[in-house]
Amino acid sequence: MKFLCIDCDVQMDYEDRRQPGDGTFAAAFSCSACGRRIAMLANPMETQLVESLGVQIGGRALAPQPMELVRSSIVGRDDAFDETESDPPAKPRWTPESRARLERVPRFVRSMVRSIYNQWAKEHGIETITPAIMDKARADLGLEGM
Amino acid sequence: MSDRVLPSTRFRTYFDVTGDDRSGLMAQVEAQRQRVTSRLADVGQVAAVMSGKGGVGKSYVTAAFAATVAPSIPGGCGVLDADLKSPTAARLLNARGPLQLSDAGVVPARGHAGVRVMSTDLLLEDAAPLRWREPEAERFVWRSALESGVLREFLADTDWGGTGLLLVDMPPGADGVADLGAFVADLRGVYVVTVPSPESGRSVGRTMRAVSEAGIPILGVIENMSGYLCPRCQLPGPLFEGNAGAELAKRFDVPVLGRVPFFAPPQSDIPQIPGEVAGRMLEVLA
Repeated sequence: MKFLCIDCDVQMDYEDRRQPGDGTFAAAFSCSACGRRIAMLANPMETQLVESLGVQIGGRALAPQPMELVRSSIVGRDDAFDETESDPPAKPRWTPESRARLERVPRFVRSMVRSIYNQWAKEHGIETITPAIMDKARADLGLEGM
Repeated sequence: MSDRVLPSTRFRTYFDVTGDDRSGLMAQVEAQRQRVTSRLADVGQVAAVMSGKGGVGKSYVTAAFAATVAPSIPGGCGVLDADLKSPTAARLLNARGPLQLSDAGVVPARGHAGVRVMSTDLLLEDAAPLRWREPEAERFVWRSALESGVLREFLADTDWGGTGLLLVDMPPGADGVADLGAFVADLRGVYVVTVPSPESGRSVGRTMRAVSEAGIPILGVIENMSGYLCPRCQLPGPLFEGNAGAELAKRFDVPVLGRVPFFAPPQSDIPQIPGEVAGRMLEVLA
């Protein structure tokens, strides 16, 4: 999918994306020549179709997690994956509030979500994960409902 | 309708704009395929087991073959249960979760004879159907993409290690085999399972034709429930009318790899096929 600024005849650049939590998806593009900005707004069906392919509009921000499509798409049993971390990383540190919030994520997908937050925090030099940091990461990564 | 003619706007179309799409979607898809290729580089051979219809004992044959030959294959055997909606391979092989996560991916469960197993049966609640988190609306549009994605991740993200032979237990029909062929470039081929009845023969024949037209080798036919063994006298008796195994083999010019009698009552908790059948199934991989 490419976006073309017709007036400038220039392919537009990806800027940002949003997943507001209602099943829809939005991505912003801009023209490097004239500065015009547009937003691509996808309905839930279009959003789901793209997600089903396991690809991300705007490119991947983080390396894929093992079986991320399986774990984020299937309604699975709580004990399907061993939650025990044999050697949990020292950093980033999770505050009690952020841990409590993580506990609300279904167990089937929880370890993957934790790993994604850890990876995102590490790449951004963040040492402590707070609920505010989780919000920021979620918006950045499009982790709807996580 | 207005008679007004709008001025036509001239602009370039997709292939005229030579730059890559800014999301790198094709690169992402290619990276997905590369993950499958990288993972399977350590696997000896990959073969599928399929039929044209359900209820012919395809999963039983898969599990029995794997459990029988695993001890004799360097690296052992793995079974990927691609029948996402009706998974049975894990139960047949007594493979249980929870699944462990490692740096190398998801560690498959181990079943009889150390067979490595990955299946939705290990992920779903007991007796629960396969359900998706996504909204019901327009599910038909994206369901097959998700199913294909699950197959891809089962291949790429399971730590198959140095498994010598990976068997993929396909769902009924030919679509899944085509998907598998797209992911696994060096798919060794497909075992076909039928029961003797003409009805099964017709259904399985359609699937074989589709597989053949897709350019995927057919390794041979296994006729399952080919009579039964009397539990008292151990003599064979008829179970179904028909000779579908031999007829399909002749029509597609492939060997009959064996006839597996119906064992009733089960003589073991471990799925069994005659040793000579397992041997011929192994021979055609050479």
